[in-house]
Amino acid sequence: MVVTVWVIARSRNLFGVIVLGGIYSFLMATVLVAMDAVDVAMTEAAVGAGISTVLFLGALHLCRSEEARPVTKPWLPLFVSGAVGAVLVYGTLGLPEFSDPKAPIHTHVVPRYLNEMKQEVDVPNVVTAVLASYRGYDTLGETTVVFTAGAGVIALLRRRRRNSKDDKA
Amino acid sequence: MNTTMTLGGHFTYFITIFLMIAGLFIVIARGNLIKKLIGLGIFQTSVYLLYIAPGKLVGGTAPILSDAFSVYSSPLPHVLILTAIVVGVATLALGLALVVRIREAYDSIEEDEILNMDAVPSRQEQA
Amino acid sequence: MRHDLILRVIAKLLIPFILLFALYVQFHGDFGPGGGFQAGVILAAAVIFYALIYGLADARKVVPEPLVESMMAIGVLIYAGVGVAGLLLGGNYLDYFVLDHDPVHGQHRGIFWVEVGVATTVSGVMLKIFYMFAARGNADDE
Repeated sequence: MVVTVWVIARSRNLFGVIVLGGIYSFLMATVLVAMDAVDVAMTEAAVGAGISTVLFLGALHLCRSEEARPVTKPWLPLFVSGAVGAVLVYGTLGLPEFSDPKAPIHTHVVPRYLNEMKQEVDVPNVVTAVLASYRGYDTLGETTVVFTAGAGVIALLRRRRRNSKDDKA
Repeated sequence: MNTTMTLGGHFTYFITIFLMIAGLFIVIARGNLIKKLIGLGIFQTSVYLLYIAPGKLVGGTAPILSDAFSVYSSPLPHVLILTAIVVGVATLALGLALVVRIREAYDSIEEDEILNMDAVPSRQEQA
Repeated sequence: MRHDLILRVIAKLLIPFILLFALYVQFHGDFGPGGGFQAGVILAAAVIFYALIYGLADARKVVPEPLVESMMAIGVLIYAGVGVAGLLLGGNYLDYFVLDHDPVHGQHRGIFWVEVGVATTVSGVMLKIFYMFAARGNADDE
């Protein structure tokens, strides 16, 4: 994944960059399966490698410009990224180790979900049960967000046949 | 000895941070709008990894209840990240629609050229 | 012409399986990985695949635009409707355990309908966005 990202940053051919983005999404999905996140991996593979790549290719076809041009040496962005990275590394040194059962992520609400799942909601897939039942309100908001994105794209890209020729100045 | 243990335990964090700053770098440093959006996508996926990696227990399994297993990886970050992925693609679609409209209005998707085109009419108005 | 033929045959073979897989992921989301979002995206991917191979006009005949637009809205309405049904039957908004005589079965029903709503909206939105992007390239084709 690190190699893929490096090539994306350096490459100038946009079509290759988009395909590399799809490869990166698939690699990320594989890593997620290794982290036992099967639902997330399925969603990331379908959404990241499937829909994202298709939309990017569609946009590239509409934009029809092929290459990016590096103008000046990017010293300031490199320095800013490096500074942010150093601060993040310093921050994560205080975080719990990898696979630590006493980490807060495993102790507060999760044992309740896992243990009482059978009596309250008899659904084996814990992620679906939490998403649809315990945190159903958030999923309602998320569905509304998806709908709003669709409405926004319609509003942006709808063609008015008579006015579209006059808008191009 | 203690430092290497800490470094080994935090290895996933380092990978995540590298991906994060790579995405950030692409967003800041590259002028092409489509490449910026790809950099934003890389940034987003690195944040997913940041959330999910601490949830994994080495002996555990995927959080689907079954009688054969007793230790599960934590399902809570999975839920949050599932929502985040879908919202991310929604944002991406809107961003791409904006890029298409910018292309039609300015005939270019390089940030420098667009800023120049915006600056020129104001100079003409002042003259 | 030969390239077209191979692609069309493969598409005809694969698309029913992709649709079946989308339905499987949707309804089996309780027992394995899956659920509404993944099913909606896979469904949209199947129709996009059809549109890529057979052309946008044919895809528009099979899945017409008004259907896609109404799917976007109906999904959110189904989700909100489940919540309102919880209200009408005596509990709070989006309470599932009042939906049936047995609280656990009520949860099953609630989760089922909620996932159906989510899958409908997600597939409708993805498909509509693809239609908009693809139609924009053909000038005066609306």
